[in-house]
Amino acid sequence: MSDLMKVSSNPHVRSKVTTSSIMLAVIVALLPAAGFGIYNFGVDALILIVVTVATTVFTEYAYEKLMGKKVTIGDYSSVVTGLLLALNLPSSAPWWIGVLGGMFAILAVKMLFGGLGQNFMNPALAARCFLLISFTSIMTNFECDTYTGATPLAALKSGESLDILSMVIGKTSGTIGETSMIAIVLGACFLVLLGVIDLRIPGSYIVSFVIFICLFGGHGVNTAYISAHLAGGGLMLGAFFMATDYVTRPITKAGQYVFGILLGILTGIFRIFGPSAEGVSYAIIIGNLLVPLIEKSTPPKAFGTKGGKRA
Amino acid sequence: MSKNGKSSYTSGSSMERLYNGLVKENPTFVLMLGMCPTLAVTTSAMNGLGMGLTTMVVLALSNMIISLLRSIIPDKVRIPAFIVVIASFVTMVELLLEGFIPALYDALGLYIPLIVVNCIILGRAESYASKNPVIPSLFDGIGMGLGFSFALTCIGAVRELIGAGELFGFRIMPEAYVPCAIFIMAPGAFFVLAALTAIQNKIRINGEKKGKDMSKIQSGCNEDCMNCREEGCSHRFYGSSVKENGKAGNAGGQAVKSTDGKGRE
Repeated sequence: MSDLMKVSSNPHVRSKVTTSSIMLAVIVALLPAAGFGIYNFGVDALILIVVTVATTVFTEYAYEKLMGKKVTIGDYSSVVTGLLLALNLPSSAPWWIGVLGGMFAILAVKMLFGGLGQNFMNPALAARCFLLISFTSIMTNFECDTYTGATPLAALKSGESLDILSMVIGKTSGTIGETSMIAIVLGACFLVLLGVIDLRIPGSYIVSFVIFICLFGGHGVNTAYISAHLAGGGLMLGAFFMATDYVTRPITKAGQYVFGILLGILTGIFRIFGPSAEGVSYAIIIGNLLVPLIEKSTPPKAFGTKGGKRA
Repeated sequence: MSKNGKSSYTSGSSMERLYNGLVKENPTFVLMLGMCPTLAVTTSAMNGLGMGLTTMVVLALSNMIISLLRSIIPDKVRIPAFIVVIASFVTMVELLLEGFIPALYDALGLYIPLIVVNCIILGRAESYASKNPVIPSLFDGIGMGLGFSFALTCIGAVRELIGAGELFGFRIMPEAYVPCAIFIMAPGAFFVLAALTAIQNKIRINGEKKGKDMSKIQSGCNEDCMNCREEGCSHRFYGSSVKENGKAGNAGGQAVKSTDGKGRE
């Protein structure tokens, strides 16, 4: 029988892009940052990454087995969650921090709400905030064998001068994956070239953040101050890898700009007026909560109608 | 469903009332009433127990007095009348606590006067005490209060154990345990309440599967009051206002509605 005789229901043209291919791309894009973190912080970082990823994958597997659901660890989304969470932990954190955070991310934030696609906030960030509130002293202890000083942002807040070059390369203290701006941007370029993410959210996030700190940072348009804020802390990791999470970002294009600007303003508020030096994770989580509102207020224009409203 | 649903309600035996408050209609885990103190004061098992017992005293006494006065209180001003009775008892309890257990008084703080607006107390006055004799009403109050105390103590114990590694102030967890501080903060209250409610529901569903009567009986007719269309039902939550509407007819119903709307504004 020839191929012409085959009858099938639509859709006839399928995209080759699958959840697992997207997640694999994100994992590959995170590898430079993870690799640099291991190089920078040593074996501790490697152990923490492995433990966290293993926990998230196993938790998802165990939950789905116990609940009699289809096991979905093959889509690698739990690997991404575990990797992102590990990159957000300080290398000095004990192993059980990774286990607890991984379980919280998958169980409480993802699975209880229905699994991938149903979670209302980024699981990795929610778990980081959970850990940050619960174990503040462990989560803000950035001392390790290589570095003993404060994080660049904390130093910036207390008015010390900083070496911008080492911040861009990443030879500073901080969480495992956030220190190297170069490694993160490298991974982000890979994702942008593949078309997995676009620059709407990261672009509007970073631009609005820069404008905010120019206006309210107290240093005016000071290149050194701005670049320290950009290269320090989790801004780059958050903007490219966590704010662009498919599940928890707005779907509409206009909404994505609104989302990015909102994140920029919130991060600026937290960093400049807040008591702690960093605020990217809280900004993104609050942004996640507002996504339904943003989507509702920015409906796309229906094709073929005038004025954007359905007749 | 049970064959003797009606008799189990109308008989109103003291033990049945206690069981009802503790298990079947547990105010926290089943009826989901009084969430404000439930979430706010249960940072430790002791606080939970103290709040629960304080509420129980007020609940039992106000139920008793309201039941005694039920034929005197005019239907139209029953809510203010209930509130006066409840507020009097709350004031007494507050002064007694301040005098005799100042530690608990300090720990509960603002939430003691707030017992006046605890919807469990007003709810029991409205749906049970104002329609039933004194002794069952008293035991209804004690049962509901025990259920509330039990729930609050459970939530407080779990939060204290995880969030501080202690139970009633005694160190339980080993030295190496690092307390998970989020559990004695506001988010922890929601986590623990949700988990305990889920466990309670699981037990109830398992019980129903085994053929036990675990339904949330509020009226005695084995119907869910929320979806009930029986207008004349005297046992219904907020039953008397429905009766009024029914009597006054359509126009009256609308009038009641519009005043309600104004009241909310």
